[in-house]
Amino acid sequence: MTAPSATSANASIEMPLKRQLKRVERARQFKALGLILPLLVFLLFTFAGPIAGMLWRSVEDRDVRQVLPHTIAALAGWDGKNLPDEEAFAALVSDIQAARAAGTLAVAAKRLNYALNGFRTILTSTGRNLKGAPERGTAKETLTRINPAWRERATWTAIRDAGGPVTSFYLLAALDLVRNADGAIVSAPPDQAIYRNVFARTFLISLSVTVLCLILGFPVAYLLATLPPARSNLLMIFVLLPFWTSLLVRTCAWIVLLQSKGVVNDSLHWLGIIDEPLRLIYNRFGVCVAMTHVLLPFMILPLYSSMKAISPAYMRAAASLGAPPVTAFLRIYLPQTLPGIGAGSLLVFILALGYYITPALVGGAADQMISYFIALYTTETANWGLASALGAVLLLATVLLALVYGKLVQGQQVTGGMKN
Amino acid sequence: MSDLSSLRTPSQRIAWSTTIIVSTLVFIFLIAPILAIMPLSFSSGSYLTYPLPGLSLRWYDDFINSPRWMNALKNSLIIGVASTALSMVLGTLAALGLAQWKSRFKPLVLAFVLSPVVVPGVITAVGLYFFFAPIGLTGSYLGLVLAHTALATPFVVITVGATLQSFDTNLARAAASLGASPLYAFRRVILPLILPGLASGALFAFATSFDEVVIVLFMAGPEQRTLPREMFSGIRENISPTITAAAVILTTVSVILLATLEALRRRNERLKGG
Repeated sequence: MTAPSATSANASIEMPLKRQLKRVERARQFKALGLILPLLVFLLFTFAGPIAGMLWRSVEDRDVRQVLPHTIAALAGWDGKNLPDEEAFAALVSDIQAARAAGTLAVAAKRLNYALNGFRTILTSTGRNLKGAPERGTAKETLTRINPAWRERATWTAIRDAGGPVTSFYLLAALDLVRNADGAIVSAPPDQAIYRNVFARTFLISLSVTVLCLILGFPVAYLLATLPPARSNLLMIFVLLPFWTSLLVRTCAWIVLLQSKGVVNDSLHWLGIIDEPLRLIYNRFGVCVAMTHVLLPFMILPLYSSMKAISPAYMRAAASLGAPPVTAFLRIYLPQTLPGIGAGSLLVFILALGYYITPALVGGAADQMISYFIALYTTETANWGLASALGAVLLLATVLLALVYGKLVQGQQVTGGMKN
Repeated sequence: MSDLSSLRTPSQRIAWSTTIIVSTLVFIFLIAPILAIMPLSFSSGSYLTYPLPGLSLRWYDDFINSPRWMNALKNSLIIGVASTALSMVLGTLAALGLAQWKSRFKPLVLAFVLSPVVVPGVITAVGLYFFFAPIGLTGSYLGLVLAHTALATPFVVITVGATLQSFDTNLARAAASLGASPLYAFRRVILPLILPGLASGALFAFATSFDEVVIVLFMAGPEQRTLPREMFSGIRENISPTITAAAVILTTVSVILLATLEALRRRNERLKGG
């Protein structure tokens, strides 16, 4: 709002008016914020808080600290070069006996077993064989007699490193990294290193699906953008109906179509193309087909809106200037669709990265994506630290891509590219 | 074909025919699976193969007489309606606020409000599982409604926000200048004009909840299983024709939602005079 130039005559009237206007505007802004606030508070409780909690769990490490508090305290000054002193052994003996009495030894055993395979056995056997309190100064002797593992430096570094209260253990594990006895970060032994593979697979499947969606979606979006509205609106149903159909229905439909006695195999057999049914599902092929089907509308819709904005006059101008159609398409049309291609591809890729249901239902063991492992460690094996760390890595990838996406669609209509 | 006649060179014609052929194949790819599953639900046999041995409604009968499926349908409706109502209240208020709010933090707030759509379902589900379990909200209707509301509200904010963008604020000012109280102006002037936007927002919210399965997988107890959740375990174990009947019912709901949305869109265009 532009104020008229203040002359000395009307300044006395204008100033209160200006201030009044400002006050009204400020009240309006407060009211606006007040309308947004309920949703912000709600999302804090049902979305941001839970995710922050998950991120915290990926670095939290309190189990061992709670079960073996005196041992952790005794190890605080340990240099890690030789075996710890008698005091640490004595602390461990009393901690183990207390934990056994309280029934919490298994909690520490589970966490330590992640760090050092076989630790569960070491700890439970030690707990079982500790009879009464050993005499002063004989704790080390007692423990090493029960289990020679207590003579290993690695056993003790595992306890110290699991002492918390925070750890990089799970986050490193999610990237197939471990800390060795000297505290240096090294690659995990090959038989335990699976997550880089899983991430690579997740990335590869998402990329394949994105490329497939782009190849299939581009001509469709072009057709829809070029046809007169009456006809393209009708054809749009072919895109919107699958879009609105339940994910479960579509996944189920693909299983029915692609199974060994399914429609596709039967038709191919009937046509005499194959003798034996092809394996079309519960493998990578099935995952890619079903995911492409689910995500294709997310490619077509942004492509369509970017193509719709391209004036046909450009192509006519190119033609009138003597450009052959291929040149006109490559040099004039295609560059203008790039924002749409970028937005659609990023959207499909982001959504594919986090997919769980479709691969879980139509994929084999070697086609499970990162979400599967997050779910597995949450509900089946209850390794919540690792589930959270894998989740943190997936979240980071998603957020980074979403930021790029946000930059890309900035200026275009702010719809989040979703169902619109 | 008016489109073909305007194309002059043979290569343009080839390109256009290729576009049509490829698009037709893609349309078949998109629609065929949904169409293929439907007749199977009317089969009289128990195998999911063509040709159908005969027609019957036995699988629908199975669905209706199964306490498991009917409970799932009931749960889907309860959770869907409740989270739609809650997300409409929160989302509409926020959209109204966002339309008036001027701040450099606005893009940040908007990104936060829309983020539940982008964050992978498994991450939200795991976070909620850890967060809700200690306070007794897992295995409860309330927990699921709250979680689904968080997922559905962004769609309400987007849809209602888009309607407000095309809303002429002078109308509200005119009402105020004619002596209408803000609430009266909202009820008599603003509400009727943004009602179609609200209705599409509600449809999006309901569809989001009705189709959601990842959070239900993590959070629902046996009592709260929804239709997609039952379908998930059904597909995992052994696809029976009853699942295809459930699929047809779900698809019918989608078609009704889609048709309603389309009707709203047409009405809106007609009102705009476009």
